[in-house]
Amino acid sequence: MNRPLPRWLVAMAAAVYLFLHLPILVLMIFSFNDAKFSAEWRGFTLHWYQRLLERPDVFRALKVSLIVGASATVISGVLGTLVALALARHRFQGRRAFEGFLYVPIVTPEIVVGISLLLLFALLRFPLGLTTITIAHVAFCISFVVIVVLARLKGMDQHLEEAAMILGADEITTFRTVTLPQLWPGILAGALLAFTMSFDDFVITSFVSGPGSSTLPILVYGMVRKNVEPSINAISTIILIVTALLIYVADRLVQDRSLA
Amino acid sequence: MPGLRERMLTWLHRRPQARAWALLAPGGLWLVVFFLIPILIMLAYSLMPRGVYGGVESGVTLEHYARFFDPLYLEILKRTFLWSLAGTLICLILGYPVAFVIVRSKRWRNLLLFLVVLPFWTSFLVRTFAMIFLMRDTGLLNSWLLRLGLIQQPLTILYTPFSVMAGLVYGFLPFMILPIYASLEKLDLSLLEAAEVLGARPRARFFRVTLPLSLPGVIAGCLLVFIPALGSFLTADLLGGAKQMMIGNLVQNQFSAARNWPFGSAASFIVMALVLAGVMLYLRFQDQEPKSVTVQ
Repeated sequence: MNRPLPRWLVAMAAAVYLFLHLPILVLMIFSFNDAKFSAEWRGFTLHWYQRLLERPDVFRALKVSLIVGASATVISGVLGTLVALALARHRFQGRRAFEGFLYVPIVTPEIVVGISLLLLFALLRFPLGLTTITIAHVAFCISFVVIVVLARLKGMDQHLEEAAMILGADEITTFRTVTLPQLWPGILAGALLAFTMSFDDFVITSFVSGPGSSTLPILVYGMVRKNVEPSINAISTIILIVTALLIYVADRLVQDRSLA
Repeated sequence: MPGLRERMLTWLHRRPQARAWALLAPGGLWLVVFFLIPILIMLAYSLMPRGVYGGVESGVTLEHYARFFDPLYLEILKRTFLWSLAGTLICLILGYPVAFVIVRSKRWRNLLLFLVVLPFWTSFLVRTFAMIFLMRDTGLLNSWLLRLGLIQQPLTILYTPFSVMAGLVYGFLPFMILPIYASLEKLDLSLLEAAEVLGARPRARFFRVTLPLSLPGVIAGCLLVFIPALGSFLTADLLGGAKQMMIGNLVQNQFSAARNWPFGSAASFIVMALVLAGVMLYLRFQDQEPKSVTVQ
């Protein structure tokens, strides 16, 4: 069935790809445009990036985003990997129900997660800030980490673990020297996805962040609302490039069979 | 400390169930305390009378749910449902050909797939801003249309139902393409060859073999677009005007400007219930997958 595809079909697919990527490309190109409001190209400049460097709030928000992202990644990475190990290697009562439950946070609309956490923190009189943002991010990242790590675990050869045990290694040694090295790309991929989601999240964060704990997306939202100057394009470009690189690496890690 | 390690290992050996629960407990507890319990609190709030300063008073009431029969809120519910549905259909029409082309391409397949996965993971906020940048009065779309001489005055594209719909489709299209791609990829090509040998024309081969066999992917894609569209907030918030409010925006509004937390909780619970209903539907279809794959 290697007949060439009809031309109209290829053209339509190409148009959809343009629709998916052109807006982002245009946004990035115009972060270098030497004009404040114009939709016309007025020449190349790095002015809008320089403007970002002059703003202390950008650096503050970036710092908050990185701290929250790193903590949420480490916590959800560890917790998610443990859960995945339990699901892949152990039989226990309620396993299927728990696996189903893992998908609920993924399908729950962000706005529901955001306001319900706000209600919890308000009820506990817990002050909103870095801690509450991190707690929220871990809650929505765990499931993704579990799914990625679980996929890796299911693709792994269990005979290696059995062989190690038969040759006299105890469980801890087996896990450290046989399971973990094989599992590592899966954990790393899950962690990268977790970081990306944490770094990108706006809706949930907007409910659980307090004064002085704005993340980068919260800052960008404020800028978009005020609709000022191409600095937004510049900051968006930086966010896009960082996340695209992370996703590319995660994608390679998941596909890399040489490590399996 | 070898003693501790030994004791730990014997303890684990004696209780295989305990080992599983020990691995599960930290992550599981986190989800129970910071996901499940908050949603139960939200449900409780939605059933309590409104107090002063956005709080609640003790008691049980259904008044917040009853308010949804008010024409104003019925309108928002109806709009949310219809727009999500329309967005889903547009995604299907645009997404199916793309999935089809990806499956059929050999050399470019990985790149084409990556180009679908990439927007899936890029910041929804930034992508929505890209739409604003394109569609605002001084945006590129208007300047191109003006230059081409198609219009004399800049059109108002932003803050209309059109811009919200464009935003929904732009935002959720990858969710449609990926599952359709997955089901087309599994398709047994010998079935198509058989159809061809038996004299089926390309059109018949598509409508009687390929399409029915990719139906599980189509259904999965439709639900994966419809469900997040129902609960979407940013799209209508940034691309819509005051008359394009969806239910997600109503929830947000009740928690910020209106400070009516119980009513906001009720609205939020309705979103949650709709989404869960969608998921149940999805699971039902998935269970039936082997049945729907049979070719008549």
